[in-house]
Amino acid sequence: MNQSKVIISVNNLVKKYGDFIANDRLTFNVYEGEIFGFLGANGAGKTTAIRILCGLSYPTSGKIEISGFDVYTQREQIKRNIGYMSQKFSLYEDLNIRENIRFYGGIYGMSTAAIRRKTDELIEELELSSIARTLVRDIPLGWRQKVAFSVAIFHEPKIVFLDEPTGGVDPLTRRQFWEHIYRAAARGITVFVTTHYMDEAEYCERVSIMADGRIEALDTPARLKQEFGAATMDEVFLKISRK
Amino acid sequence: MECIEIRSINKSYGATRAIRDTSLTIPENCLFGLIGPDGAGKTTLFRMITTLLIPDQGAVFVFGYDTVKHYRQIRLFTGYMPGRFSLYPDLTVTENLIFYATIFGTTIKEHYQLIRPVYSLLEPYGDRLAMNLSGGMKQKLALCCALIHNPRLLVLDEPTTGVDAVSRKEFWETLQVLKESGMTILVSTPYMDEAARCERIALMQEGSIIVEDRPQSILADFTTPLFEVQGPDRLGTLQRLRSLPEIKRAYLFGHSIHIATSSPGYDAGWINSKLAEFGITGLEIQPVTPDFEDCFIEGVEMNRKEKVA
Repeated sequence: MNQSKVIISVNNLVKKYGDFIANDRLTFNVYEGEIFGFLGANGAGKTTAIRILCGLSYPTSGKIEISGFDVYTQREQIKRNIGYMSQKFSLYEDLNIRENIRFYGGIYGMSTAAIRRKTDELIEELELSSIARTLVRDIPLGWRQKVAFSVAIFHEPKIVFLDEPTGGVDPLTRRQFWEHIYRAAARGITVFVTTHYMDEAEYCERVSIMADGRIEALDTPARLKQEFGAATMDEVFLKISRK
Repeated sequence: MECIEIRSINKSYGATRAIRDTSLTIPENCLFGLIGPDGAGKTTLFRMITTLLIPDQGAVFVFGYDTVKHYRQIRLFTGYMPGRFSLYPDLTVTENLIFYATIFGTTIKEHYQLIRPVYSLLEPYGDRLAMNLSGGMKQKLALCCALIHNPRLLVLDEPTTGVDAVSRKEFWETLQVLKESGMTILVSTPYMDEAARCERIALMQEGSIIVEDRPQSILADFTTPLFEVQGPDRLGTLQRLRSLPEIKRAYLFGHSIHIATSSPGYDAGWINSKLAEFGITGLEIQPVTPDFEDCFIEGVEMNRKEKVA
């Protein structure tokens, strides 16, 4: 992590739906190459914020820059510099692995030659050659999520947003998945991740915890545990969310 | 009395063998957990217990009734909450509940006490379409629908996937209350902390049950030495550790590496000096108390190795 370089800068982000305040004055920075955990209970406002950071929705007010680009006026540049995957939607089930990679590479503006070369590299790296032409719907969820992550960073984005990437995945596969995240971060890709697994919060360099639209805590897992007098991140989360 | 008795069942989908010669007995009034990786066959097993699938071979009995011959009786006293959202998205919260109640020949009022703790949280949203509920609310409504006829057996397929830690805790408190009322509960989960809250658990992999016991006994049987290694170059150290045959497995875990060694002789001192041979120094190595996740990983890996051997 490069503490000197801010890659996500959020200043007083507010998002209202009518009278409902989904995001209430969020302010935080994420640094280049950091693994940043974005936690909160269902309905705390995480997805609303992520959609704004990805350039998919406008904030009501606030100053937000993603890799130096403004979320109001430079949304296309933002989209070219980020990758995204979620538990609910990641790959097209009626395409095979190769076709999914080609599709996403094209969407992110990569050249056909670059896509072809990198596809072979990726399939070899993930040891997927035997199932590269299998439809995604016939591949176990754990495998799918690993492919989805690789596809999300295929165009070497500066930041990757992962929205509950390991939901429903077994412990062994989750650990393998996190190893991919670490390797991406070691290459300088910033990782912005949400999860309901509190042990995964321990894998992050810093975590924020949202409740009712506000960020109630933001620090390293070790310091949060100290601050809240808790042995685990699970306890920290419960203390904040039940307030 | 046995609530569920599974006798050597097999089930295939085309060439895929989803369940392989599996037997299992679940006592009445037990809170029983089924865990296993994706594709292990958990949902197939649940669907056979709830009479929605027929085994190719073998038989399943629920409170003595055969799931093929007596499926009607079984359905009357079984509540099933499938993994995917099972409600009608274009009906409101109340309409969904009335629908399920009617199907089972009952009313919302009849067993209101049973669903009250969960349903009271939903009542303010009674007129909302199910499709517009948050994930946590959908899960609560699905549970109410599965409970509406006061079933003797409640089968829950990954009820807490995608649910936050607070709601998960509340959900398990509800299960505990239901169990105390005499219900038998069969639940699958990818969360290892939840597996530890069950009375008995079965670990499933590739269509077979590889372990079945009380969680405490499974933990007590785990004897593999575990260590936590902290040092400067995590990825480099990890790679080196994995190249050593004495290391059973090594995984990144937060800011450290968790490793399992193949015998107690390979202790912290041994690891330290072995890594020093490769020029890796300045490490902190601590023993780790195993948790349920370690048991799961070991069970899955051992089973895989036996199959290869």
